[in-house]
Amino acid sequence: MSIKLKALLKSPWVFHLSTGSCNNCDIEILDCLTPKFDIERFGILLAGSIKHADILLITGSCNRQSVIRMKKLYEQVPKPCLVVAIGECAMSRGMFMHSYNCPVPLDKIIKVDAYIPGCPPKPEAIIAGVVKLIEKVKGKK
Amino acid sequence: MYIVYFIVYGFLLTAAIGLLASWIDRKVTARVQYRVGPPIFQPVIDIVKLFGKETLVPVNASRVVFFGAPMIGFASVALVSTLLWMNVLDKGWMFLGDAIVALYLFTIPSLCIIMGGFASRNIYASIGSSREMKLVLSYELPFVMALLVPIIKSGFSLRLSELLSYQAAHGVFIASPSGIIAFIVAILVIQAKLGFVPFDVAEAETEIVGGPLVDYSGALLGTWRLMKNMMFFALPFFLMVMFTGGLRFDGIHFIYGVLKYVGIVALITVIRNINPRVRIDQAMRFFWGPVTVLALIAVVLAFRGL
Repeated sequence: MSIKLKALLKSPWVFHLSTGSCNNCDIEILDCLTPKFDIERFGILLAGSIKHADILLITGSCNRQSVIRMKKLYEQVPKPCLVVAIGECAMSRGMFMHSYNCPVPLDKIIKVDAYIPGCPPKPEAIIAGVVKLIEKVKGKK
Repeated sequence: MYIVYFIVYGFLLTAAIGLLASWIDRKVTARVQYRVGPPIFQPVIDIVKLFGKETLVPVNASRVVFFGAPMIGFASVALVSTLLWMNVLDKGWMFLGDAIVALYLFTIPSLCIIMGGFASRNIYASIGSSREMKLVLSYELPFVMALLVPIIKSGFSLRLSELLSYQAAHGVFIASPSGIIAFIVAILVIQAKLGFVPFDVAEAETEIVGGPLVDYSGALLGTWRLMKNMMFFALPFFLMVMFTGGLRFDGIHFIYGVLKYVGIVALITVIRNINPRVRIDQAMRFFWGPVTVLALIAVVLAFRGL
């Protein structure tokens, strides 16, 4: 594995992006940063700007309004970057499956590297998901 | 020969100590919040990662300034740390370098942040840059007045090496009333110069997402971070030289010098952790009001020989 990727996995800065979620998943993501869970011990920091991010945490059901913004933001992440879909809506649109406003699920639009199920997923589940993602990237290269 | 000094002392040694100091800062912050905190190589890994990433340039940005600003800022910090190291290591040196050069070189990184922020043509970066500009205007006056105190007390010598040898002969400046007041003023100013919490208005992550550095990514962001980490070494070291007799290499004095540096870093970290962020108008009123008055008192006391 190249030193570039190794360093990326040791200090992934995350940016969370809501594409029309009910805000529950976003609150659970912020819970991971609280002293109880303390993801800074893995080097994970919450990036304020999309240009500083390495991992994009996407929540919500990808409605027509926000998909345009999401594509724009995905283009602005400096590559290499990873995408994680958090929550039921981001994985399969959840209860908005048959809604007129959510035509396609997230992974039909951009490449998703990991899925974290739950409505909303617990902070422990999010941390476990990120660890599994890191293992997956390590195994691949 | 000079280029070797520049690379070894100005860049490598300063960067190593600066990265270590920023780890101490993050670890102490984590312990204050009852967390575990990052591992020791975390700042290094962050920098390596940033250098490996793609660098994006905004379409509207002025490319020359956008690329130039981090380089100039980085170079000036490396230069000023070379100056400080050489004066500490070898007091009989021909060169040079007085307090005014150091003061000038310490202002350039702030100006570079302002330039880089405006060059990226981002609305948040512009707000951050204008705040940084106001902050520079507010803290420079008390900083200069605080640095006048050691100069007056040493009989108007501006040279760093003369200040050091005066302190070695007559005791450190911080041991006098005017010295301690000036030191307090300088610590407050350094907090603003480093962009740490009570005065991090320019980079307020929760208000204006990252201030002047919003649009920077990849290697350029890595350069900014490295520059800030090196400032975290150079500024406390400058205070050590001016007020507490610098770093000496004979036996017990070396450990004493290291302890002084760690003490200043710990003081800065504690101030950063126990304070909320102030607004920009509050910061300006604070620096032009109480802090300038304190600095003025210190200068008057120094003139009266206290």
